[in-house]
Amino acid sequence: MKLELRGITKRFGSVVANDHIDLTVEPGQIHALLGENGAGKSTLMNILYGLTRPDEGEILIDGSPVDFSRPKDAIAAGIGMVHQHFMLVPVFTVAENVVLGDERTRSFGRLGFGLLDRRRARQDVLRVSTQFGLAVDPDALVENLPVGIQQRVEIIKALLRDATLLILDEPTAVLTPGETEDLFAVMRSLKASGHSLVFITHKLNEVQKMADTITVIRQGKVVGTMAPTASDEELAARMVGRAVRLAPEKAAAKLGDVVLSVEGLTVLDDLGNTAVKGVSFDIKAGEILGIAGVQGNGQTELCEALVGLRPVIDGRFSVRGRDLTNRATREILHSGVGYVPEDRQAEGLVTEFTVAENLALDRYDQAPYSKGLALDLDVMDTAAGEQVKQFDIRTESIRTPASSLSGGNQQKVVVARELSRTIGLLIASQPTRGVDVGSIEFVHRRIVEVRNQGSAVLLVSTELDEIAALADRIAVMYEGEVVAMRSPDVTREELGLLMAGAGTGEKAAPAGAPA
Amino acid sequence: MTPPDRPPGPPVEPPGDEPGVEPPEVEPPRPAGVEAGGIEADAGRWRKVVFDAVVEGNSVTVTLLAFVAAIVVGGLLIAFTDPVVLPKFGHFFSAPGGALGAAWSSASGAYTAMFRGSIVDIHTVSAAFHGGSITAVFEPLSETLVNATPLILAGLAVMLPFRCGLFNIGGTGQFIGGAVVAGWIGFAVQLPPVIHVVVAIAGGLAGGAVCGWLVGFLRARTGANEVIVTIMFNYVAQFLLLYLLGTHAFRRPKRIDPISRVVHGTARLPHLLGGTLRVNFGFVLAIGAAVAVSWIIKRSTLGFEFRTIGANPDAARAAGMNVERGYIVVMLVAGALAGLAGAAVVLGTDYSLTPGIYGTYGFDAITVALLGRGTALGVVLASLLFGALHAGGVQMQAATQTPIDIVIVIQALIVLFIAAPPLVRTMFRLRGQRSGPERRAALKVVGA
Repeated sequence: MKLELRGITKRFGSVVANDHIDLTVEPGQIHALLGENGAGKSTLMNILYGLTRPDEGEILIDGSPVDFSRPKDAIAAGIGMVHQHFMLVPVFTVAENVVLGDERTRSFGRLGFGLLDRRRARQDVLRVSTQFGLAVDPDALVENLPVGIQQRVEIIKALLRDATLLILDEPTAVLTPGETEDLFAVMRSLKASGHSLVFITHKLNEVQKMADTITVIRQGKVVGTMAPTASDEELAARMVGRAVRLAPEKAAAKLGDVVLSVEGLTVLDDLGNTAVKGVSFDIKAGEILGIAGVQGNGQTELCEALVGLRPVIDGRFSVRGRDLTNRATREILHSGVGYVPEDRQAEGLVTEFTVAENLALDRYDQAPYSKGLALDLDVMDTAAGEQVKQFDIRTESIRTPASSLSGGNQQKVVVARELSRTIGLLIASQPTRGVDVGSIEFVHRRIVEVRNQGSAVLLVSTELDEIAALADRIAVMYEGEVVAMRSPDVTREELGLLMAGAGTGEKAAPAGAPA
Repeated sequence: MTPPDRPPGPPVEPPGDEPGVEPPEVEPPRPAGVEAGGIEADAGRWRKVVFDAVVEGNSVTVTLLAFVAAIVVGGLLIAFTDPVVLPKFGHFFSAPGGALGAAWSSASGAYTAMFRGSIVDIHTVSAAFHGGSITAVFEPLSETLVNATPLILAGLAVMLPFRCGLFNIGGTGQFIGGAVVAGWIGFAVQLPPVIHVVVAIAGGLAGGAVCGWLVGFLRARTGANEVIVTIMFNYVAQFLLLYLLGTHAFRRPKRIDPISRVVHGTARLPHLLGGTLRVNFGFVLAIGAAVAVSWIIKRSTLGFEFRTIGANPDAARAAGMNVERGYIVVMLVAGALAGLAGAAVVLGTDYSLTPGIYGTYGFDAITVALLGRGTALGVVLASLLFGALHAGGVQMQAATQTPIDIVIVIQALIVLFIAAPPLVRTMFRLRGQRSGPERRAALKVVGA
């Protein structure tokens, strides 16, 4: 199917979400739609899928204009959509989910009613899944499936409705690296069979890897069509609208005294298994120690133990010589530790609270924020106003609830809160997960600044790019142990192998020693 | 650089992409295993729904319309349970006017009586102009305020823990705790006038606070579900009260029924509008408590902590708050408020302890907190409404033989309509009044 969008414009009040957008998707092509959160990608796709109607412009399929007033029309025209948030019924099986809304029945003569044809549904699922390499058990309950498989179910659903053009809205946002690779394989096989794909994302490396054509959208306008050979910097600059420095400039580390010293730390996870097994390392002032590792190898538990959110079973740690093992979180934070938790919405923010309240979350009971029991709301507001400016938090006002900020700006709120205290140690866990390029750049710059000012930084990330860009020393965690300590010029391949457990035989090098 | 062109009003709700201010980005879901968390997760979800309903609440419009709808349905019930009206419907087709007229007069008569009993009776006003009693004019209002007093206090005792994420069903038990201590100080101790009543009130606060603290302590230290604990404590308190009323220390001499001795005059709360009207200083205490609770929630570090814990305990912990201590403190304060309600009843109107002194305050308090939309002012207004319904109900029963139970039905209907805002919106054809959670769900569907 060849799809053309011509001059699509959509306004919401005075906001122009889409401004005369032209887009052509050739048959058998993967067309990437690249743009920051809020650039207008989703609105455009909602128009294409019949969820919203454009104010101006037209949609052409194979040269003839179409008019979608509801998703059903779009589906009938061969357009399928895989939403970022799956539209599946958790307690139904895969087969049941796939036929939902389009149930085929076996009818009895002319009675006009029938029974759900489960056998046929199962066969359909199997047929499509073998055809495109979408392995999935049609009888499995959706709620028991990992996210990556649930996504396959969504794709099968669209394919069974004879979609020849598939819209994938931020499909990799919820996937692990392995699942992402599987998805890419599926996308390639779909492309090979002549399907067109619209791939919405803000991740540059994915676009370069998968797309045939890249359309970059910024503030509702198409700002460029680029080939996948374009470099990271070119793509990012087009997307953000200015030159972006993906790896912050970093002078050589000026090391000071040891700030964080961890000795033989052992921590349990929620299920009582040993998640951190006798880990030891030091971080000096002015140094960023990056902890690389696949998610779930004890990094989360390590960070939580270091801020007193999880009991330490064995071993100890101290900050600037002061033993803080198993002390209250408040005491640890007050002794100069900043903490950016890995999940901002679950732990970093109270999304119902205003930006100002969130910025005061760990300081509300200290002067000048409060006198005795009374909060000083004026001080809170003034401080919030300054931090919003200083950290470039894009919000309507300091009274806006944090929930209506974009992911990047939510993260800036957390970072602003933690960095505007005087800290000697910053513990940042996944500080840029799910954040747009502009905010990543900003957060990275801030972390380097903190280090340059002489704080120690413990950076946990599953993104190798992030570790490579920021860390002065890299520790690799695997199954609860620090299996290797490397300098930042280590190759990606070696890091990848270490993260997969190749370094288990090697005992962690003594802390601080160059690898 | 903030986005320049955000619409000033909310003319259209953009369903997704809009520069700068976006719909909440939903984080990647946790692994599937966590989703199937069983009962714990269900309880959590349920708690979240209740929490949203109370704290985020409905719009004022929906609340008011729910009240109107309840009054209308209540009127129909009054009319169609009236033994005078029903036979007339036997002749509905021959004389429809008679049947409908009877129904109307039954319902309107009942509501008029209710108004006379709760706000003002026009006959007493004209009587007052002709040399009658002026206090009689204020009697209905006085009764409304008397009924509202314990509701305000007990309502606050439910609302405040709500803000901290706890569901305090234990109003009854804490009320009894306060009433028993305040009552005992009132009749068993001899003290000079002003000091006596102050000590008795303090005793009421302490008695309730202990009951509340125990719940908070169990929740914080053992993780015991406060809903179950408070419900069970209600039974303990009720039977403990019954037991105490049989003991020598409490029982009124020469009486065989379980009733305590009478509170000394020195320990009674002073009347506000002269001796014959029952409204007393307890109402002032209730208003004072409402102001204090409002201040705690909005302007104190303690309230900030409560609200953070209520909205996101994990974030509270990560920010260094002591969540367990928060649970204990909020239940302590809530218990004290409910205890004060008990003290206000025993020192202000009843003057002695009886086995049924706790009435339905503990449970009406939940309704009041729900209706009051999680604010102190809301609780006061809702309590005044319920106080008026109760005061009016007595008059209604006396004047029109409509059973006073209809008041409970109307209360229940209000709660029903409040709990189902889409129903009210459909009935009154309201649009665009979606509350938070629904709106978020809607945004999700649009693919935001």
